[in-house]
This record gives sequence, C-alpha cells and structure tokens, in this order.
Amino acid sequence: MDDIESRIIELVAKTKGVPASSVGMDSTFDELQIDSLDKINLSFAVEEMFSIEIPDESLNSLKTVGDVVRGVHSLLADAPPGTATQ
Amino acid sequence: MKRVVVTGLGCITPIGNTVAVFRESLYAGRTGIAVFDPNMPGAIPAAKPMRFTTTAKVKGFDPALNPDQRLTSGVIVCADSSAQFGIVSARHAAAESGLLAHYDPAQIAVVTGCACGGRAADEDANRNLYLHNARVPPTAILRTMASSGSSLIAIEMGISGSVLNISTACASSTHAIGLAFQMVRAGIAPAAITGGYEAALTFGFLRAWDSMRVVSPTGCKPFAADRDGMTLGEGAAMLVLEPLEDAQRRGARIYAEVVGFGMSADAHHITQPRAEGAALAMRRALDDAMHAGIPAPAGRVGYINAHGTGTPTNDAVEAAAIHQALGEFAPRIPVGATKSLTGHSIGAAGAIEALATVLALDAGSLPPTAGVGQVDPALDLDVIIGESRPLAQDKDLALSNSLAFGGLNAVLAFRRFTG
Repeated sequence: MDDIESRIIELVAKTKGVPASSVGMDSTFDELQIDSLDKINLSFAVEEMFSIEIPDESLNSLKTVGDVVRGVHSLLADAPPGTATQ
Repeated sequence: MKRVVVTGLGCITPIGNTVAVFRESLYAGRTGIAVFDPNMPGAIPAAKPMRFTTTAKVKGFDPALNPDQRLTSGVIVCADSSAQFGIVSARHAAAESGLLAHYDPAQIAVVTGCACGGRAADEDANRNLYLHNARVPPTAILRTMASSGSSLIAIEMGISGSVLNISTACASSTHAIGLAFQMVRAGIAPAAITGGYEAALTFGFLRAWDSMRVVSPTGCKPFAADRDGMTLGEGAAMLVLEPLEDAQRRGARIYAEVVGFGMSADAHHITQPRAEGAALAMRRALDDAMHAGIPAPAGRVGYINAHGTGTPTNDAVEAAAIHQALGEFAPRIPVGATKSLTGHSIGAAGAIEALATVLALDAGSLPPTAGVGQVDPALDLDVIIGESRPLAQDKDLALSNSLAFGGLNAVLAFRRFTG
C-alpha cells in the first residue's frame, strides 16, 4: 500500500466512522454508503490534502476508493513540479 | 374561515425595482444574470477562479439618493442590504394596498423570510477583526440579524401585531407567505405584509457555493436538457394579504386569491431532495384549497411556478414530484421557472416567485422560462419556453413551489380573481 492509498483509506474510514481495515481499494461508495454530499466533502478533503483540483467531470465518475487513489496519482503526475505537496 | 386576497405588491429584484419593471422583464425574458466583478469587496486577489462567473444582482438601488427607495441614515447604518431591500419592498406594497389606513396597525402582521441575514456585514466585521484586530462596529449585530428587516418594517409603519421572520433556507419566504395566509384566513391578523428579502452575494458566500459544485458555469437553465446548475441571486418581494370581504368593501385592487398552503419535510437528507416530500407539500396545498371550497383542484391547475433551480437533481426530482402530486394532469400543466431571470435568491426566492405567479394569474398570461433551448424530454413536463402563453380558459389555479436544502418544502396555491 503506498502513502497516497493509505492516506485516502484513512480519510474515507474517518469520514464514515469505520475502521480503516474495513476499507480497501475495491470498496465501492455504495458499500460505504457514501452519498453525494459525502463525495463532495471527501473530494474537498482530498483536494486540500494533495493540493490538487478534481474536475467536476471526474468527480461524477468516481465509484470506488481505488478510483480516488488512481485519480490522485494521475492528477499529481500531471501537476507541474513543486506545485503539489506529494 | 375568511377568503384571503393579495392587494399590494412590491419588489426590489435583479430584473426590476418596481413591480411594473419586474413584470415587463418577466414577460420580455430580460435576465438579471450578469458577470460579477471578481474583484468585489472582500475578494482575495490571488484566489483561484471559481467554477462560475455570473450572479443576479440588484441594480440601481440607492436608498440615500432615490426618492422611492429613501431610507434614513439611521436605518441605513443598522440595516444590511437584505433588510433594506425588504423595507423598501414592503413600503411599496403597503402604499399600493393602502392597508395602513384601513386596519389597526396594532393588529397587522409582518411575516418575512430571510435565511442568510446580513451576510455582508458579518463578513466585513469578522474579516477586519480576525485579520487586522480591528474593533467590531456596534451595529454589527443589528446588521447581521436575519429578522432586522421585519423589525424595521414594523418600526417604519408603526405596526405592532405579530412580527416575525422565518428561516427555512430556500423555502423561507414561501413559508412566511403561507403562515401569513393562515393567520389572515383564521382571523388571527386582520391583514399582513409578507414576503422575503436576501442579499448574500459576498465573496465568502460565492466561494461556499462554489465548493458545493451546484452553481452553473453556463447560466441557470431550468428543466433544460443541458442544465448544469443554479445561479445565485438576491432581492426582495412583498405582498399584502387581507380578507376578500374587507378588500371588496374598501374597493382595493385585487391581484389574486390565496387559496391553499402546504408544507412538508422530506425527512431524508440534508442536500438530496426526495420527490415524495415535495409531492406531499403540493398535495397538501391542493387539499387546503379543496377544504376551502374549491372542488377537484388538481384539474384546475393551469400554471406551476416551479422551484426550478436548474440543477440536474432539483429539476428531475421536482418533475417527479409534479407527476406524483398531479397525476394524469401533470404532463399538460404549463410549468415555468423564474430563476433563469432572477437567479436563486435563497430566502427571497419564494416571495419573488409568488409575485411572478400572482402577476401571471392577474394578467391571465404565463411568462416564459428564459435561457432554455431544449426542454429535457425525460421530465415529461410542458415547460413554457419562447413566448408567454395564455392561462387556459378552464383553469384558474396556480402553484408556487419552494423546495429547500434540508428537505423543507412549501407550496402556495393561488386562484385567478375575476371579481
């Protein structure tokens, strides 16, 4: 598990009040009962955590924790050097 | 139970600061939505851009200069723009109806809706305090109270009856008008000034809405196939309500009759609306009308002024609610939304839309919904676009819907008044 993955899993677990051990890359938002408001809040926290901006279009396609982790990796890879905290 | 009618109107809105100009803009589809100044007071120059660039602001409001908007310096100093809009709107409505000369001011009610209070005053005071350790002005509390508008209306007019402000987010002023209607109908108040006011378009407010990702980057297009969000607005509207008998006896101009009010809570989610809740409020408004002696009201609805924010979710859920509440009639009832002209003025929205509904019934002409190219066919609604339409000869009722965050729903039913 890389650092991004563990931080996002921890964030999701804290947001939903469940143990981090119960959240994995394959956990779906439906299983975790993450509704549209949770999604907006989580995205905001992830944006703050990694100094990135998640476009509205990408937000709508996020369905699993893995989608978030992969999305963050991709946004950080696209970011100009020195602009992200990771 | 008394029959209740509307005998005075007033407004300060992004599409007109008098009812006459508001009416013209409403039928001409003249929008109040425009690009806002990114360097507005309080803006952080280096802030990253927001997803949207437009709001619907009130223009040409100057209570120090314009004679028909005049407020004393004493009022200006302790009233935020929201309250100022409310006071001037109420004054216009009261002057038109002449209610102060006919009813005991000790008994008249003032029932308003305002959700955000004096947001600008609050932000100014806190910014200066937290950033610069500045002293907080002694008027800060007065300017931030959501109820200061209702108080100042009462003070200006010497009204000492039931005076209160309701805060139910985007349904605030529909709840206010509904409560005032119930009070006048039941004889608790002989007459009422009722409506709503809001002016919260601060930098902080816009940024907060930006974070929710529900504001449109392209402009409010209610019920359109390509709708992508709401546009924020501000303003005020006020109505005078009084018993039909009294209005007729004193020869007052009658715009429309209020015949029903329904409210409900979704009891579901703080942001996600549920059609069942909105449908229940619509049904209750129609049931209320039926109990007041209007048989089979669903078949008489010839216009729905929808909440119609332009967000994908609101409009889909509201359409489903209209189908649930009105059944077989739903696909053929003309539906319009005013927010593509006025923006969404939160606590004032219901009052501004009640004003539009009353004007539509009075004229027998239903204003078009601006900004919509193609109506979303999935909604199966008859949305009025392009040109205004006559109210059908065999229909005399109209609904005005307000569906707030938190699942608080309020619906008013009005009837065309033909004497």
